[in-house]
Amino acid sequence: MNDIKVTELVVFVTLFLAVTVMGFVASRWQPGRTLQHLDEWGLGGRKFGSWVTWFLIGGDIYTAYTFVAVPALMFSAGAAGFFAIPYTIIMFPLVMMPLLRLWSVSRVHGYVTPADFVRGRYDSPTLALIVAFTGIVATMPYIALQLVGLEAVLRSMGFNQAGLLGHLPLFVAFVILALYTYQSGLRAPALIAFVKDVLIYLVIFVAVLYLPIKLGGWSGIFNAAETRFAQTPNPNDGLLLNPGNQLQYATLALGSALALFLYPHSITGVLASRSRTVIKRNMSALPLYSLLLGMVALLGYSAIAAGVRPLQNAGTGRTDTNTIIPLLFDQQFPDWFAGLAFAAIGIGALVPAAIMSIAAANLWTRNVFKEYLRPDATPAQEARQAKMASLVVKFGAVVFIVGVDPQYSIDLQLIGGVIILQTLPAVAISLYTRWLHRQALVVGWFAGMACGMWMLYGIPNPASGRAHFGGSAYPLADLSFLGMWHPFDGSTRTIYVGLVALLVNLAVTAVLSLVLRQLRTFNGSDATTPEDYFTDDGDARIRQAMLASRR
Amino acid sequence: MTVSPPRIPPRAPDRPRVPRLRWNGWNLLLLVPLLSLLTPIYNREEPALLGMPFFYWFQLLGLGLGVGATALVYVMTRDTEFVVTDLPDRIDVDSLDEGSR
Repeated sequence: MNDIKVTELVVFVTLFLAVTVMGFVASRWQPGRTLQHLDEWGLGGRKFGSWVTWFLIGGDIYTAYTFVAVPALMFSAGAAGFFAIPYTIIMFPLVMMPLLRLWSVSRVHGYVTPADFVRGRYDSPTLALIVAFTGIVATMPYIALQLVGLEAVLRSMGFNQAGLLGHLPLFVAFVILALYTYQSGLRAPALIAFVKDVLIYLVIFVAVLYLPIKLGGWSGIFNAAETRFAQTPNPNDGLLLNPGNQLQYATLALGSALALFLYPHSITGVLASRSRTVIKRNMSALPLYSLLLGMVALLGYSAIAAGVRPLQNAGTGRTDTNTIIPLLFDQQFPDWFAGLAFAAIGIGALVPAAIMSIAAANLWTRNVFKEYLRPDATPAQEARQAKMASLVVKFGAVVFIVGVDPQYSIDLQLIGGVIILQTLPAVAISLYTRWLHRQALVVGWFAGMACGMWMLYGIPNPASGRAHFGGSAYPLADLSFLGMWHPFDGSTRTIYVGLVALLVNLAVTAVLSLVLRQLRTFNGSDATTPEDYFTDDGDARIRQAMLASRR
Repeated sequence: MTVSPPRIPPRAPDRPRVPRLRWNGWNLLLLVPLLSLLTPIYNREEPALLGMPFFYWFQLLGLGLGVGATALVYVMTRDTEFVVTDLPDRIDVDSLDEGSR
């Protein structure tokens, strides 16, 4: 470890320690009557205002991994990596109305997780278990990915060792994170998100203003990128999309936009807000982060122009393109500023990791522990169970990164996006109608999952020499109806797997619902009423629900 | 699982039914940003802006469009938010006061 960058490390560690103190102090920030309640530990008392929610959800969905991986994708694939922009353009308008309904109904009935809502809407523990299971499975690799982002920074600072020693700094960082999340619950990431975002905005705006001047203007940067893409053998990279990947670009953006707010950690951020107005304001204000993301994405091209070569990961022996952004800062800026950038990414990994582990813990506690293991658990026991579960989830993620090739978490996250989409009919459509039958929803979920996994399994990645799970772009020509009918035979286009699987899921669910309704099969009882979906803060119904749940 | 079935006051039988959906024309604006999925509109280099190909600056501009749509819907539908006010509020003042317990 003789080439550790001391100045960068000092700045990084100082900020990291400051954030740690904040994490522990957060438990005393606007405390409720007790932290021994899931509403308090897992949702911060459901009283975050517009600003806190903005920082919290911003830190929650624009993660460190996003800020590292999107430019890395631009660096290696070009225009296709820019899908993150249309993705976030359409996402907030699309989800605004359903989220308002989810917030209201959850507030009235004290739902903590999306599975709680499904449980109440259909009186079906099985359907709720499926939603909870999908959420946990999709979230786990997402947490592991935050570690990938954090580790990219640590390795760029000189901690690039092979074996366990190379993972040690990561381990230390995560123990600290686990402890203050245990102590303070959702308040910890909410408070830390302030620091993370101020750092990120500062660093990115300086980089975006300064780097083009240094690297010959935007035209110089884009020319450098164009030259490089022309030299590579890959036909799918370039400054523009080609006829083959345009459909993939649009469907990936749409699928990702539909998926993001089905993830339990995004819903946790939404349910923690105080009122419908807070959510509405945030749906208009959150895209400011997307602007930032667009800038960061273009830094991938700046890295090409600056001649950055990605670091070889001493743990896996492979070239790690995720290191290009840390290395760009390391090479183009003074050490202290690079240290700030690293701290921004590092702390940026802690915030979502904390929220995700809380969300997964909430799912476990409400929809497995309380449902099947301890139906008589008190709120205090629920809170204790969730705190323990959050520890398990985080250590699981660390063990996963240390023990398994990080590439698997990237693959699993890809799969995660496809499978979380399969909960859309049960969670999002049910917010509007109970026409879909609860048994049909279960069967449709299985159909969508099977279809999605089968398609992902069949996608090779020639670049990394892998035969399966090599990406999410499926050739349209290979799509067939049970192998008999190929409607798009001969097409050169590709499409996002998740969206195809969702369509299969919806089709199966709809047809089966029709049949079950004809047969007049019982569709469970509905615990919600139409006005529950419009209720707002200050409503008598909410105050009574709150008081009742406290007793 | 009991999702803490709180004492939600049942709907009084004589109250008019709340519509399942509240239709508001302004909400249709939320569909406009979907235009950004039509890649043929912007998959070109010219006209460039400050050396940035059209593909990039157009989509960054699209972010503004999305913000505009959501912000407009927020402002225009603000007054139609509906709060249940005609239900009996069965809480006495003391129980609302955290300090009294």
